[in-house]
Amino acid sequence: MTLALSIGWGSTLAIKTIVVLTVIPLGALILGYVFLLKMMSHMQSRLGPMDPGGFHGWYQLVGDGLKFLQKEDVMPAQADRRVFAVAPAVVVMSTFLVFLVIPMGPDLVVKDLDVGVFYALAVSSLSVVGVLMAGWASANKFALLGALRAAAQLIAYELPLLLAVVGVVIQAGTMSLQGIVLSQQHGKIFGWGGLGEPFLLTQFVGLALFLVASQAELTQTPFDMPVAESELVAGYMVEYTGFRFLFFFIGEFGTAFAFAAIAATLFLGGWAIPGVHGDWANILGPPVLFAKLMIIAFFMFWVRFTYPRLREDQLQAVAWKFLIPLGLANILLTGLFKVAF
Amino acid sequence: MWEQQVAFSVLALAIGSAAIGVVRSRNVVHAALFLVVVLAGAAAIYILLAAEFTAWVQVLIYIGAVVILFLFGIMLTRAPMRGEGSRLDNDQRWAAVVVSLFVLGVLIALLVDAFGGQDIHFSHTLVNLGRTGSVGRDIFRVYVVPFEVVSMLLLAALVGAVVLARKD
Repeated sequence: MTLALSIGWGSTLAIKTIVVLTVIPLGALILGYVFLLKMMSHMQSRLGPMDPGGFHGWYQLVGDGLKFLQKEDVMPAQADRRVFAVAPAVVVMSTFLVFLVIPMGPDLVVKDLDVGVFYALAVSSLSVVGVLMAGWASANKFALLGALRAAAQLIAYELPLLLAVVGVVIQAGTMSLQGIVLSQQHGKIFGWGGLGEPFLLTQFVGLALFLVASQAELTQTPFDMPVAESELVAGYMVEYTGFRFLFFFIGEFGTAFAFAAIAATLFLGGWAIPGVHGDWANILGPPVLFAKLMIIAFFMFWVRFTYPRLREDQLQAVAWKFLIPLGLANILLTGLFKVAF
Repeated sequence: MWEQQVAFSVLALAIGSAAIGVVRSRNVVHAALFLVVVLAGAAAIYILLAAEFTAWVQVLIYIGAVVILFLFGIMLTRAPMRGEGSRLDNDQRWAAVVVSLFVLGVLIALLVDAFGGQDIHFSHTLVNLGRTGSVGRDIFRVYVVPFEVVSMLLLAALVGAVVLARKD
């Protein structure tokens, strides 16, 4: 069977743009629905989100969306208007840019960059600019404090995130995400190639580092000091309402979706399924990647709804005294194995 | 070739106006945000020159870390809001003009002297040169000594910063 698709350059670009523009809000909504509304409600016995619409509270998310759309667009009198308005767009833009390199099948990728995973982490760091802009332009001390905490935290945890990825890059011999998937698909476990070799087996330290660091990058509990509702109301988002707040919401959950997809690609083999090649891999790839990323996201949100918040100094100590040395040791060990075998 | 020329002109215009914004703006935070545009434009020019890896290093280091530290420092100290910040001006305008014209002249002279007669064509060799693999091989095989020297310099700067910052 062949999918003889020959589409022009312009229409390919249009299709890719539409796919990226729909996948992120959709992914954010799926994560928000499955984990925030359903899983958290079950774990914490919250009855509210189970009620609207009758069956399992399916209407809750639609209701939330409608609520955001009809809210008044409030801007503080002292706010720096232009910076205040642009900040949510910067955050969402960095989320959208990450998706350009995530492969969903052998041919289903917007652009398989040679620097793939490095590019993804570089553009995801741009969201800090948006967060600082939002906190400063709000002319509110809680917002400013939240933004400062966010910046300190995101910078500190970018390092373990990068170091966690370096182990995978050394083992795969490439930074391209497509190349990393292929090297896992063609890998062998002690000479047996039936399942390929997901890097989960060799880079479990990297996976743990990546998950902890991405939890901090997403400012989720136990690292949610920038938005700590009991201390800072909602941190840098405190002055945002309605549609602009929705942008931050999509940015937060869309980035969670993107990080889960990157983790699934780096450590669980991405779209690859044992024994499936060619067009079937293109058809089955997206659902397989989705299933894998939902497993990763389940762990991320499980932690989020379970643990209490750390203190600011504990947060920095975890990054600099524990995660970064561990990441460096992992790189050293991976390098040794790469040279030895 | 004309596509590259058009892209370069658009980028140069954007970078130029943002750079003027950096020095003209009366608010330090605005100046830092204009600097983000300037640095992003420089990254885009690296991509035009087929130096993809360098471009994303530029984004990660300069926008993702250096400008963030600028903003962090400004906001931690005084975070000027609207109406404030007119103290930023000082009397060194003309000295600044002289220095920047001098730097411009030196750069033009150097570039014309080094690459004046050459016409660089976009080709697969150029793209391959910009790939991560070849950049890595160059750094760790050909230029390994300068690389180590630079890393020692950075380490010394880091230790120095710690020594200066610690009071006890």
